[in-house]
Amino acid sequence: MDQLVAYGIVGLATAAIYAIVGSGLVLTYATTGVFNFAHGAAGMLAAFAYWQLSVGWGWPVPLALAVVLLVLAPGFGLLVERVVLRPVQELGDAERLVMTVALLSGSIAVARWVWDPNQPRSLAPFFAARAPIRIGSAAITWHQAITMAVAVVVAAALWFLLNRTRAGVQMRATVDDRALVGLTGADPVRASRLAWVLSTQLAAVGGILVAPAVALDAGQLSLLVVSAYTAAVFGRLRSLPLTFAGAVVVGCLESYLTGYLPQNPYLPGLRLAAPALLLLLALLLFPHRRLRHRVRRLVPVPVPTVRGTAAFAAATIALGVVLATVLGEPHLISYGPIFSLGIIALSFVPLTGYAGQISLCQLSMAGIGAIVWGHLGTGGQLWALPAAIAVPALVGALIALPALRLSGIYLALGTAAFAVVLDRWIFTLPSFHLFGLHIALFDQSSVEMAGPRVLGHVVDDPAGLLVFAAVCLAVVSVGVAALRRGRFGRRLIALRDSEAAYATIGGNLLRAKTAVFALAAGIAGLGGAVYGMQLQSVTADQFGFVAGLPLFLIAVIGGLGAVGTGLFTGIAFLVPVNLAGALAPRAQNLVALLPGLAGIGLGRNPEGIVPSLRRGWSGPTGPAGTDVPVEWWGLRREWRPQDGEVLDRAVAGG
Amino acid sequence: MPSLAVSEVTVAFGGTRALDGVSLTAEAGRVTGLIGPNGAGKSTLFDVVSGLRRPSSGRVHLGGVDVTRMGPARRSRHGLARTFQRLELFGRLSLRDNLLVAAELGPYRRRAGAAVAEILDRLALADIADRPVDALPTAVGRLVEVGRALAIRPAILLLDEPAAGQDGEETARFAVLLRSLAAEGTAVVLVEHDVSLVMDVCDLVYVLDLGKVISVGPPAVIRRDHTVLAAYLGGP
Repeated sequence: MDQLVAYGIVGLATAAIYAIVGSGLVLTYATTGVFNFAHGAAGMLAAFAYWQLSVGWGWPVPLALAVVLLVLAPGFGLLVERVVLRPVQELGDAERLVMTVALLSGSIAVARWVWDPNQPRSLAPFFAARAPIRIGSAAITWHQAITMAVAVVVAAALWFLLNRTRAGVQMRATVDDRALVGLTGADPVRASRLAWVLSTQLAAVGGILVAPAVALDAGQLSLLVVSAYTAAVFGRLRSLPLTFAGAVVVGCLESYLTGYLPQNPYLPGLRLAAPALLLLLALLLFPHRRLRHRVRRLVPVPVPTVRGTAAFAAATIALGVVLATVLGEPHLISYGPIFSLGIIALSFVPLTGYAGQISLCQLSMAGIGAIVWGHLGTGGQLWALPAAIAVPALVGALIALPALRLSGIYLALGTAAFAVVLDRWIFTLPSFHLFGLHIALFDQSSVEMAGPRVLGHVVDDPAGLLVFAAVCLAVVSVGVAALRRGRFGRRLIALRDSEAAYATIGGNLLRAKTAVFALAAGIAGLGGAVYGMQLQSVTADQFGFVAGLPLFLIAVIGGLGAVGTGLFTGIAFLVPVNLAGALAPRAQNLVALLPGLAGIGLGRNPEGIVPSLRRGWSGPTGPAGTDVPVEWWGLRREWRPQDGEVLDRAVAGG
Repeated sequence: MPSLAVSEVTVAFGGTRALDGVSLTAEAGRVTGLIGPNGAGKSTLFDVVSGLRRPSSGRVHLGGVDVTRMGPARRSRHGLARTFQRLELFGRLSLRDNLLVAAELGPYRRRAGAAVAEILDRLALADIADRPVDALPTAVGRLVEVGRALAIRPAILLLDEPAAGQDGEETARFAVLLRSLAAEGTAVVLVEHDVSLVMDVCDLVYVLDLGKVISVGPPAVIRRDHTVLAAYLGGP
């Protein structure tokens, strides 16, 4: 009984932190429509800053707290609002998401650059010296008591702000229609600034309160908030009371799992993965209002020509041959994965670029492909390669089933949760038997990877593997280009542009989504298998969720509509890191910032880099749509001023 | 047997009823008009018929088959197609591809390209067929939606304000198109604010106000109906 109460108190204290962080998340989502993946990163940065001031420089605790919460956090919030999010306000989910993912991966990079991760740091709990408060047999530490009290104060203050102040009402109005709020004389920009400031402060409070319980590690702290995400999803990203209730459920569940989960080699990972599993469950069980954010600027998807595609494929292979001939052994190893990572990145093009389905678990799919090749292709038999495509494709198809219920940001969250579950639990499992099959994953260590046997000859030297990877990328690029030109590609684009219209002309959403998820997972699986061959042995953390973020980021920067994005991503992912590593080892962490910074540049060029390059290559491609005469109903006439009025009326009426 | 039969359909949003026991039929070879002030429930009714919204009660039959529990895709296989008042185009595809996607999913799939070319000619859109649709004016977009609906060779065609933004001459041509579609045996249901267009082309007109059918009859009768005048003009 005592144990039950003790775990309950720990659970409630954890819940208080999740509630604080989660309510910040709800605040920005409800006000600006942006789901902030980097919310935890803001808390992480605050915890590090607080450590620097209070421990590193020995400032008094109240002063350090005041500086972090009242100066640094609001400043960071304002910066994020101005630099990161305003430019993408009118773009689609993928583009807005990428900004916060860029911010997340950028913040982690900054923290690792400023605070050397090899040096351990810790924060003491508040009032650690004081004796715990005793209530009956249970003891509550002062830190826990403060945490719970802060959560209550936050709840009361937020309620007051949103319901009883003018600023709060404006914040609530802003999400419904920014333009409309502007017309009523309120200032939507000010409302969203206020939301970002408050939300960053809440993240900071949460980060500082949670830091003493865990090691001060940038990645870990940033992802601790997965549980806060779960709480926010309980509140359907809108309701603060439900978010608080969700936080209590998640906090207590985690605490009791720690206490009561039986000891065996299969379950420790389950405890770590529990928040992500809960998030998946919450996403699937709670009905979500269909997000009908109207994308005002659709990013076009170029139609590749047959000649252009052939030339691109030939150039890809030629590049592979040149690199294989020119580079020495160490460089072959460091630059070799350009092509295999390119294949994985190319899987985003049909899935996210054409069909608009955001998946953050493509690197995990690649991991599954690598495992399959590692276990089945031990002698390099080529038949194992289709298996390394088919197994991830099957898993991808399974993900598509929930995907039918989720869209936009919820889908991104769901796939992220899936990746985290794989990371923390499934990939760490020892080998097991299922339905009489012996299933081995990473076997808690690394898996050796053989090279493929081509024409009776096993390719296992880095140069040969590099050419093999280049050929694979060229083949997949041709396939994706053919897809874009064909019936299935048209359907995917149609599906993304209007699900309602696609369904009313007889399109089957489930079939199309399942097919594209399977296809993309298959492509990623192939990429993973080839990547593994080049690495010669693979471990689970090479295919982790965090490792996959920069890949997604660079692919979005390259332009998800363009087939050339695969090769672009491979190059942009590896070349700067390796160059910096060779020229200035200290700058290597700084290079990890580049995808983040470039992602933030996306607002200016939402089409991505590859389509611009393509245009630069082929010259101007015909006039833009607006200056043509109106051609309608067989009449050709000049644009009249009334047409503008009709257009405006239609837009306003719509 | 009517091509489309809606019986006693009610849609409630919380306490308010967007549709309140609405019944309506549309026959093959006829143009059926549906008019009413903004907010009367016209688009909601189209959503119910096309399967995008579940009614709280009531049934929908297409060609005698009860489709109330079917999703939009299956209803389209029973011959239903629609356009949207708030455009739902495939913005990143060309005009031709917008129609092609539909043709490839419907009965034309074996000769989709040729069928699309015929429809483009019929709507006089062939000259601009390879433009991306999101660069076209809204009024043209409405026509593209009509073309996309035709590309699945519908037996029942729901048109939601297809002529908004057209000038007089264009509307006149559009009326001819509607009559010719009906002459080919299609059941056309037309929601339109241009009352004179409705009165010119429709065989039967339903008047909807505040979620209820307040009047139904041939145009000549509706024109003189006092309830209709009251709903539209705020007084008899």
